[in-house]
Amino acid sequence: MTAQELPISGDADVVRVRQAVRAAAVEAKLSLVDQTKLVTAASELARNTLTYGGGGGAVVEQVTKGLRKGVKAVFHDKGPGIADVAQALTDGFTSGSGMGLGLGGARRLVDEFAIETAPGDGTTVTVVKWAR
Amino acid sequence: MERLPILKIGQMLLVSIQVDLRDDMVVALQEDLAERIVETGARGVVIDITALDIVDSFTGRMLATIAALSRVLDAETVVVGMRPAVAITLVELGLSLDGIKTALDVERGIRLLSPAGGAAR
Repeated sequence: MTAQELPISGDADVVRVRQAVRAAAVEAKLSLVDQTKLVTAASELARNTLTYGGGGGAVVEQVTKGLRKGVKAVFHDKGPGIADVAQALTDGFTSGSGMGLGLGGARRLVDEFAIETAPGDGTTVTVVKWAR
Repeated sequence: MERLPILKIGQMLLVSIQVDLRDDMVVALQEDLAERIVETGARGVVIDITALDIVDSFTGRMLATIAALSRVLDAETVVVGMRPAVAITLVELGLSLDGIKTALDVERGIRLLSPAGGAAR
């Protein structure tokens, strides 16, 4: 499967990102629970891209490490960025109307989590989930 | 915008979610349900999420809000049909769904809400 670039500019796009991540997770043979965790994390991150980043995009692709297969999803926006990443990852912290579980919760649901951001410079979040 | 149908069965309202939920549909459902509870005098709301393959923090918050607002309007809410993988993910996400009654399927949910079925629990 080649990398899929998906725009995120509305509620319907969040649904489409979830569906693309689900399809990639099925193809990489992730277990049902791992599929669900990855799709849930993707939903949180896509919504963050929309709500806090003012829209952006997601890139979904299958990755391999030796014999292991996995799914990588990258969420990027050109929004205001995050000034205090540690605070943003704390459960219960929110700058919007959410529950503050999005970023920290998404990190718990995946195997690899990386965030690149700076004030005024947008945010890119990369997550990977490996088949067991 | 597509809206989720709300069915009236006796003293109860039933919402069976059969589509991929968009956030705007979730917000509309809260408003529609509040109106329908008042309009019908329903005593219970059953939300069937059997077909939902994920529940993220937004949807989780919607369920909690519906439970809270229906309580204020003198109705009880039961969420039924959560898939095991969804339950595992919800707990790991950190969403406890405190104060939300759950049942395994619609039948048990309706029984829970029936006057004889322990609605006072």
